[in-house]
Amino acid sequence: MAKMMYRDAVLTTIAEEMERDENVVMLGEDIVGGMGTAGGPEAIGGIWSTSTGLFGKFGADRVIDTPISESAIMGAAAGLALSGKRPIAELMFADFIGVSLDQIWNQIAKFRYMFGGKTKCPAVLRMAYGAGYNAAAQHSQAVHQILTGMPGLKVVMPSTPADVKGLLRTAIRDDDPVVFLEHKALYGMKGEVPDDPDYMIPFGHARLSRAGQDVTIVSTGLLLGFCESVADKLAAEGIGCDVIDLRTTSPLDEEAILDSVEVTGRLVVVDEAPPRCSLGADICALVAEKAFASLKAPPLSVNPPHTPIPFARELESAYLPSADKIEAAVRKVLSYR
Amino acid sequence: MQLSRDALLRAYRQMKVIREFEERLHVDIQTGEIAGFTHLYCGQEAVAVGVCEHLSVEDKIVSTHRGHGHCLAKGCDVNGMMKEIWGSREGLCKGKGGSMHIADVDKGMLGANGIVGAGAPIAVGAGIAAKIDGKGHVAITFSGDGACNQGTTFEAMNMAVVTKAATIFVFENNHYSEHTGYKYAVGTNGDIASRAEAFGMKVWRGDGTDFFSVYETMREVLEYVRVPGNGPAAVEFDTERFFGHFEGDPQRYRGPGEIDRIRAERDCIKKFRDSVTQAKLLSGADLDAIDAEVLEAIEESVRQAKAADRPTAEDVLTDVYISY
Ligand SMILES: Cc1ncc(C[n+]2csc(CCOP(=O)(O)OP(=O)(O)O)c2C)c(N)n1
Ligand SMILES: [Mg+2]
Repeated sequence: MAKMMYRDAVLTTIAEEMERDENVVMLGEDIVGGMGTAGGPEAIGGIWSTSTGLFGKFGADRVIDTPISESAIMGAAAGLALSGKRPIAELMFADFIGVSLDQIWNQIAKFRYMFGGKTKCPAVLRMAYGAGYNAAAQHSQAVHQILTGMPGLKVVMPSTPADVKGLLRTAIRDDDPVVFLEHKALYGMKGEVPDDPDYMIPFGHARLSRAGQDVTIVSTGLLLGFCESVADKLAAEGIGCDVIDLRTTSPLDEEAILDSVEVTGRLVVVDEAPPRCSLGADICALVAEKAFASLKAPPLSVNPPHTPIPFARELESAYLPSADKIEAAVRKVLSYR
Repeated sequence: MQLSRDALLRAYRQMKVIREFEERLHVDIQTGEIAGFTHLYCGQEAVAVGVCEHLSVEDKIVSTHRGHGHCLAKGCDVNGMMKEIWGSREGLCKGKGGSMHIADVDKGMLGANGIVGAGAPIAVGAGIAAKIDGKGHVAITFSGDGACNQGTTFEAMNMAVVTKAATIFVFENNHYSEHTGYKYAVGTNGDIASRAEAFGMKVWRGDGTDFFSVYETMREVLEYVRVPGNGPAAVEFDTERFFGHFEGDPQRYRGPGEIDRIRAERDCIKKFRDSVTQAKLLSGADLDAIDAEVLEAIEESVRQAKAADRPTAEDVLTDVYISY
């Protein structure tokens, strides 16, 4: 076990996989940083420091610094993947799926199905998502809501450095296209990470990060930590929470959710995206449908409101789910009737 | 054509307002009081001002993530902008947009933009509207050497030509897109204007560090595009960005002494001062008076921004729709 930051877990895993398999290539804006400048390549690595040193190690054919052309980046990932390579394409901000959505949605996600199962598209689409930096409406969004609904894509949302390592390796070795969502506010998070160069976490298997009998809390990414702090606080009062980290929103570990709710009878989903047609709504519906008899209270989802993400500090913090809002929701399902 | 004394004073003042606005933000951001990502326009003032001094409120502009200069040059209120960047509910966009999303449609300023390359297509629509209205108004999109590589920009150029939109593509080549050099990322060896020309537009080039070069170039461009039926045009201005890509950028991609050199040799405000005083069009004292007045105006905008009302949680929910 080594202690490392979330961002270093991204970088290390990519480096190990590029070392292991020469078909793994990486592309994205400024991932080399300094191309065509006096400072030269790698004067500044990618803006998230998730590609530092890769260009020097693997060269320009395998670490491709692109112009600002998201549609072509995603399209090139599609073409690389159809041509026997295993591309890792980076969107600097997840919000930029807007520019490149056709290639993600109508191309990459659908090739296998449209072509009758005769092809594979092993692309990893990495993107930094999430709010917390007052980066406003076009640089803060959580996009899993949109991508999880697209058949053909797998969607990963790691919440710890160890999970980054296990899940990113699985993503790179997976023959299906995988969207890998890295939360900006977690890049600096430190944690123990397994050294095993083959450490992998299978998709569709949630992680139980806190165990309790009274209420089930389901979340992903940054908000998982908020849920844990609420669970720890309530534990001191004798209230037990199951905190389930989904790890992947597609595939979804239905069994872990249903098993837990059958015991607790109470569900709170905590989701960083707006409420309509959301992950929260999806999981509440799942539980209503398949664990109705176990429910002791209506399932609740904690989401931001149905608005774009505002800029000012006061507005962004009012917008985002917080530990206080999660605690209030948990107390509400506990006090039902 | 010689500018009047008033026009010269006004142009200088506009450039100076942008300069001091940005220099002040550069200082205030370091205190941590201002939230979010801020991209400063210092060094490029001659472009925004040399373009916008020709425009009326009926002419539209569409800006970028580096938008403060375009906004100020198009007439956005200094105090309203400072308040917005400080996240006040008295700001131009009620603290909801911030630095990257300042807009004032009443001034013909259709918005800064956080999405690189999003502006050009919007300016095609505004240019088609101007063509339909037939009053000789235009729509201008500012794009960087990075934005010029977006498919959206290519589509916009072609569509503007096809629809004969009254649209002007102003490319500000400041040599960098974030940390990447334009000679690497712009495949025509860095030549943006020739690419625009290949789309079928008339193109111009100018020195973006020289107000008079920008102003005179734009006079020709506008004379052309304001003629109904002529369609779009493009212009590339070579310019410099004095600060980092965003506030906090360590700028290791720059050459040794590069910032000192561009500040000494390519400063549009110094150049303006030198040329108007040498030609005895304005005196050093005229310009010094503007400097002092502008500094005070910026100081006042910061005083106001610090004292202005803060937004509240209820404000999150307003302005999503007109009715719902
Ligand atoms: C669609 C999109 N891709 C990438 C970015 C990140 N980004 C912001 S500014 C920028 C560089 C833009 O360069 P240029 O167009 O030359 O403008 P400049 O910053 O030099 O003013 C990049 C890559 C973005 N905001 N939007
Ligand atoms: Mg640039």
